[in-house]
Amino acid sequence: MSKVVLDADEAISNIKDGDVLMLGGFGLCGIPENCIAAMVKKGIRDLTCISNNAGVDDFGIGLMLKKRQVRKMISSYVGENAEFERQLLSGELEVELIPQGTLATRCLASGYGIPAIYTPAGAGTEVADQKEIRNFNGKEYLLEYAFQADYALVKAWKGDTAGNLVYRETARNFNPLMAMAGRITIAEVEQLVPAGELDPDFIHTPGIFVHKIFQGRGYEKRIEQRTVRRSS
Amino acid sequence: MPLTKEQIAQRIARELKDGYYVNLGIGIPTLVANYIPSGIKVVLQSENGLLGIGPFPDEGSEDPDLINAGKQTVTTVPGSAFFDSAMSFGMIRAGKVDLTVLGAMEVSERGDIANWKIPGKMVKGMGGAMDLVASAKNIIVAMMHTNPKGESKLLSHCTLPLTGTRCVKKIVTDLAVIDITENGFKLLERAPGISADEIRTKTEGKLAVEGEIPEMEF
Repeated sequence: MSKVVLDADEAISNIKDGDVLMLGGFGLCGIPENCIAAMVKKGIRDLTCISNNAGVDDFGIGLMLKKRQVRKMISSYVGENAEFERQLLSGELEVELIPQGTLATRCLASGYGIPAIYTPAGAGTEVADQKEIRNFNGKEYLLEYAFQADYALVKAWKGDTAGNLVYRETARNFNPLMAMAGRITIAEVEQLVPAGELDPDFIHTPGIFVHKIFQGRGYEKRIEQRTVRRSS
Repeated sequence: MPLTKEQIAQRIARELKDGYYVNLGIGIPTLVANYIPSGIKVVLQSENGLLGIGPFPDEGSEDPDLINAGKQTVTTVPGSAFFDSAMSFGMIRAGKVDLTVLGAMEVSERGDIANWKIPGKMVKGMGGAMDLVASAKNIIVAMMHTNPKGESKLLSHCTLPLTGTRCVKKIVTDLAVIDITENGFKLLERAPGISADEIRTKTEGKLAVEGEIPEMEF
């Protein structure tokens, strides 16, 4: 059975209202642009989105927020988005803010088949409220549960027809963790190559974790903070 | 004269030691990279998945796949490495990062830090700050001594929601270098022309001033 699908529309065809999604990326770097565009077009609603950030007003998850498709965001940092702020303050959108390392490790636990982890992040703060606390070697740790996501939407640089993925530079970020964690994982790639072309020694995500893969199109790869060296 | 933001960064850079792995937060901490003393090699860690942050790119060679934790375009240096976000926080949690420099809204005399949330205002989130302060071996805070209203940011107890407890070791402000000891704040150095009395007045928490306090030199 081939994992290769034609495009984002086909890849997301089974995602339905109310599903829990993981979306890879840090800021706008390494986000699944094609899948987001397809979900905006299809108008799937009531989604819970687990993603480090929530995009900007007119790009990334911000596009789904604008069309009110997201019921709940689980993120570590959600600045740079005025529409997000409006929906949050009006109560239309539920938001759970969690430490970035906790977010990453809850993805990792899910992908490794571990139900929960202990982390010191947030001990002694309001993040610890209602959480089980355990003392190891004189230090407090919080019990944090592995995420359960219906779909993980990830973006890789290269992928092959067996579903193996390779990421580029800091566009890797949450993508390999989420790829392992999704009940169904959809990967969009800049370059889809035949199985055998990627060196097995340099695969970041083995194909077993990837259920659908497609050649992405028209990547904008928007830069959030363009910063250059001052010319002297 | 109170220190400029650049001078705060310059003073913090003197704390760097050869071979350190360092995580620099957003704002003044980022400027520390501009003042790494000659003869010292440090490796800058960016929690989005990069060890070995290089300078900003030349105009025209920005790469959207290569950013720092502040989402700014950056470059790599010889010896750089990329990794995923879980591994990044593994480095932080397991104590491999030698020094963390970050900004703060408040620090208490027992080393608590508040820097992520002002109740009643828009909350943007803690990002990686809670993970960093919970695990870093050595944390230096870079901040102004007082807030825009002129109120002290060095308190007996933080009033804002905490980011972490009993974790800050040293504070460099526009007025002073201060250590956090078992007995509270301890004044180590003064900004040029700033008296120990002025620093004491602008420090709400308990501040120990022992003997002659040297002036910082730039």
